[in-house]
Amino acid sequence: MDMSALLLSRLQFAFTVSFHIIFPSFTIGLAAWLAVLEGLHLASGRPVYRRLFDFWLKIFGLAFGLGVVSGIVMGFEFGTNWSRLSEASGPIQGPLLAYESFTAFALEASFFGVLIFGRPRVSPLNYFIATLMVALGTTFSAFWIMVNNSWMQVPVGYALDHGNFVPTDWTAIIFSPVVWVRFPHMLLAAYLTGAFCVAATGAWYRLRNTYAVEARVMLRMGLGLAAVLLPIQLFFGHLNGDYVHERQPIKFAAIEGRWHDEQPAAEVVLAWPDAAGERNRFELKIPVLGSLIATMTLDSKEVGLTDFPRQDRPPVAIPFFAFRAMVGCGLLMMALAWLGSFYELNGRLDRQRLLLWAIFLGFPLPFAATLTGWFTAEVGRQPWTVYGLMRTADAVTPGLTPGATLASLVFFGLIYLLIFSFGILYIYRLLRAGPAVKAHAAATNPKRPLALTGDSPTTEVEAMERAR
Amino acid sequence: MIQFWVAALALTTLLYVLLDGFDLGVGILFGLAGNETYRQRMLAAISPVWDGNETWLVLTATILFGAFPRIYATLLSAFYLPLIVMLGALILRGVAFEFRHKAIAARWVWDLGFAGGSIVATFIQGMTVGALAAGLPMQDGHYVGGTWGWFSPFACLCGLGLCLGYALLGAGWLVAKGEGLLRERAYQMMPALTIGVFGFLAVAFVYALALNLRIMERWLERPYLIVFPAIGAYAAVQLVRGIQFRSDLRPFRMTGLIFASAFATLAISFWPYMIPFAVTVDEAAAPPSSLSFMFWGAGLIVLPLTLGYTAVVYRVFRGKAGETGHYE
Repeated sequence: MDMSALLLSRLQFAFTVSFHIIFPSFTIGLAAWLAVLEGLHLASGRPVYRRLFDFWLKIFGLAFGLGVVSGIVMGFEFGTNWSRLSEASGPIQGPLLAYESFTAFALEASFFGVLIFGRPRVSPLNYFIATLMVALGTTFSAFWIMVNNSWMQVPVGYALDHGNFVPTDWTAIIFSPVVWVRFPHMLLAAYLTGAFCVAATGAWYRLRNTYAVEARVMLRMGLGLAAVLLPIQLFFGHLNGDYVHERQPIKFAAIEGRWHDEQPAAEVVLAWPDAAGERNRFELKIPVLGSLIATMTLDSKEVGLTDFPRQDRPPVAIPFFAFRAMVGCGLLMMALAWLGSFYELNGRLDRQRLLLWAIFLGFPLPFAATLTGWFTAEVGRQPWTVYGLMRTADAVTPGLTPGATLASLVFFGLIYLLIFSFGILYIYRLLRAGPAVKAHAAATNPKRPLALTGDSPTTEVEAMERAR
Repeated sequence: MIQFWVAALALTTLLYVLLDGFDLGVGILFGLAGNETYRQRMLAAISPVWDGNETWLVLTATILFGAFPRIYATLLSAFYLPLIVMLGALILRGVAFEFRHKAIAARWVWDLGFAGGSIVATFIQGMTVGALAAGLPMQDGHYVGGTWGWFSPFACLCGLGLCLGYALLGAGWLVAKGEGLLRERAYQMMPALTIGVFGFLAVAFVYALALNLRIMERWLERPYLIVFPAIGAYAAVQLVRGIQFRSDLRPFRMTGLIFASAFATLAISFWPYMIPFAVTVDEAAAPPSSLSFMFWGAGLIVLPLTLGYTAVVYRVFRGKAGETGHYE
């Protein structure tokens, strides 16, 4: 096996999966938000919910499309680049991914068509059901992916047969405690992403003094949801830390930047890990806090990286910094959500221009947190692909040449660059134009019906809402 | 259990070929549609369903992964470069649905991506099947062909043939869903496409005989195979009559039947091999615990459900698609 084909395959997988996760983490949250809006509109009949629904549906459509096409790539890459892994762990990972595509992919893709095109063709109730199906599909998808990845993190319920993994206990695999802390962590991350993007859009409109009714709903719902969910997310983050502490001590030591055993252990806040010297440079640490975080006691002994042979350690700097970036983003988001909700509920957010700008420009925070969280989990698992059982170096396709891998990496890079930059441009245009996008729609697609129902901004209800 | 998953795999593959086949075919014809009105109406005919159609490819891939991991690992890595290019092509044509009507200056990029992506993806799918039929360089059940081992003129011929076939299927769909000039133009393309498809089949047959492909011996070993070309011939006659009498639904259905009979011919010629004459179904199957786990949930419950709501979605969008109008 050529080392550079391995390295290029890893780069390619990291690139394609990082690109991919941006979209599902956005669309899982948005799908739930759309379901809530449609439900609220059915229940209350307020046109603003319908306007917001139609508006966010367009953005959802773009992001969903990018998620689908980049997700198909993932379904193939296991076989193209990691054929040794897929042959050995196929009996376990294959059925899990099959469940993902059966229960989620098919569900969301089929009902997505109804969502975009079916409004005039189905009853309001059936349309609402289609919305729920899409939301359910995205959630199922996240669930199976988390089961699959959790098995790679902490393999359970298997036996080894000639180097292949044979499932012996599916209940243990699906109901692994690791799944049930990581799945909610991911789901919450997705809801937070949706909430922050919605709130950021609301803040943007309020800063521009436009779409007052919509901005109010978006700010209240987005910030309010984020304010409630963030503490819960921190709690699940802590539970994730517990499983890593218990099951993946090397990863835990890498995240903590702890090179040697300590009792009681200190918490390294910031440092520059020096893998060659097996120590930290420019270290800032707080005594005893490390033990407290790891075990909730003041005197526990915590293991260091030097307990393990070098070839079993991950590249320390990536999980170390990625973890800190994730926590930093989370805390910043919590501050924004709490402050924003506080002022909004008091009706004084309008005057907090700086805070509004921070909420508006804070939309990348949840994406950054999700990505860095995954970097921590995945790079921290190295050098293993199936933790403790199969090394990444043994998982790659035998006979894969560096030339072919480089070609595919460059090819994916170019295509993703193209679709990503245009996707962002189009989403930006939609967001800038706002919910009453008629002029723009008319300019680019003359056949598009202008106002779908009686939600036109000149109705009386609308006028009352604007006056409110 | 193994038989069930072979059947499920055959079903999802066939559904993929038939369903994504017509929207890829519309994509191939898209480049020929001169003006924006045609293009919008062609897209309107497939927009609500293409996404679900492509799902069958993912289902096929994951069934392979779960039920026949060895095949998944071997084939996907053997066809490394073509598959990557196919994925790129599917990406470009997939985003075109969402991007093109949001674009102002860059619409031609997405139109090119849509037509080009459809052609490239179809060509590679046909080429893959051709390479499998011609036989991959295998040794002791492992692929040994290197980066270009799948390449052969015969495989390329099959790629070309599938382009013609999907285009015919796409034209059939446009006839069924389109109205007015669009329907008329689709009808006008059909005779040439039909001749093209059958010309390809004849050439491929002779070529395969000339190459002395092992798969051709199956016709002598299994004479009952002749039943499928017979069905194909019947469908061809009906297809021609459908075109003659402007019977809107018949061309699509009959082209579908031709595809189904060609698919059955190939599948039965391969049996019991999954990678012809190298790896059999039984050798490739995942352990029973994997197969039964998939069977009791995904196979017994979710697959019929998926078929059910796919039918529901097609029912919702039944009838003529119109201008772009009522879907947009």
